[in-house]
Amino acid sequence: MQTQTLERALATHPFLADLGQEHLHFLTSCVKNARFERDAYLMHEGEPAVSLFLIREGRVALESQVPGRGSVQVETLESGAVLGWSALFPPHYWHLDGRAVEPVLAFELDGECLRKKIEGDKEFGYAITRRLLHVVHRRLERARLQQLDVYKAELQ
Amino acid sequence: MTVQAAPDPMLPEFLPVDRLVRETHDTFTLSFDTRGRGGFAFTPGQFNMLYAFGVGEVPISISGDPARSGELVHTIRAVGAVTRALERAKKGTSVGVRGPFGTSWPVEQYSGRDIVLIAGGIGLAPLKPVIHQVLKRRREFGRLAVVYGTRTPGDILFKKQLEQWATRRDVELAISVDRGDPGWRGHTGVVTTLLGRVSFDASNAVACLCGPEVMMRFAARELEKLGLPNERIFLSLERNMKCALAHCGRCQLGGTLICRDGAVYRRDRVLRLMATKEL
Repeated sequence: MQTQTLERALATHPFLADLGQEHLHFLTSCVKNARFERDAYLMHEGEPAVSLFLIREGRVALESQVPGRGSVQVETLESGAVLGWSALFPPHYWHLDGRAVEPVLAFELDGECLRKKIEGDKEFGYAITRRLLHVVHRRLERARLQQLDVYKAELQ
Repeated sequence: MTVQAAPDPMLPEFLPVDRLVRETHDTFTLSFDTRGRGGFAFTPGQFNMLYAFGVGEVPISISGDPARSGELVHTIRAVGAVTRALERAKKGTSVGVRGPFGTSWPVEQYSGRDIVLIAGGIGLAPLKPVIHQVLKRRREFGRLAVVYGTRTPGDILFKKQLEQWATRRDVELAISVDRGDPGWRGHTGVVTTLLGRVSFDASNAVACLCGPEVMMRFAARELEKLGLPNERIFLSLERNMKCALAHCGRCQLGGTLICRDGAVYRRDRVLRLMATKEL
């Protein structure tokens, strides 16, 4: 019963929108609900990346420690976002800190479990990879604009 | 003191500074009391040429409330010799003013529609009069979404005013910074990410964009993806201006002079020009 509830809830996350029922069911055994209080860390830079998070509620700040500047927020992710691709790609270490700036409710996908399912079922693997590619594409677009630092040199 | 309107548009009218309010580390707001000259009428989107005596002249958008004609307000980022000289002004300092010049945000023509305002950095200042205008006649418009991106939390302009607007149920305000600090609990990321956070009906909405040109290009593309046609996207362009009277040609952009035909343009009319390198 609990699994069915989780499966129904999973289907509402934008990342999994239109994923077939069979694939949702297949994925559910890798998933658990996770809650993070304000200022709790979902991930720490340099530590093993064991989970992929699908954010349901709240806001997570991706931060990097910059010598001389302290902690710098590079982006925040909110409901509907996907966090933690490092769990899918070697060497499976986090590249940034992820801190809940608001209480966060998320689906936590076990990285190893997900990798095995992606490798084991090519159709499922394609469906997940295609979604990830779209997320990466959007994130790359944003990163390029951010890199331009457009507000720095504006003249009147 | 009564000051006569200058008959020659090249001659500035000298107005005494009434107030200088610091907005951020590099941005300030200058206010002039214009009641003595019978007010200063303008429409949202227009700009004035401000002359710092003995230093030079710069085009600055008007950032005040158009309904308060007794007060002329400009919000200025100190980035060059003239703007730094203006930053040193005190109450009573004379500043030369020519204007108002340029085209306006055409919001008045779009009553009944959703209004989406996208501002980047100092670009919030030229859009502020539109917000005042829409709020003054709130029932005539659909939803009002204000999307504002800037560099860091310390660069956010008009903080008190934004807080006030954020409490209104008839304004959707979304703010983002490109780089947050540990104390920042708001949104971090480029301004375009906020478009999914505000609600508007793309089939009837009108969007006004003001900020760095690159930001406007990205934001306009996002609006296009959401279904907003170029005919209902307006943006404000900037080039060096000198005379503001379409004489000197300094602000030429292709076949258009920004001081005369802009600064506010409909996107479809400048799309090709904006995509032309080195223009």
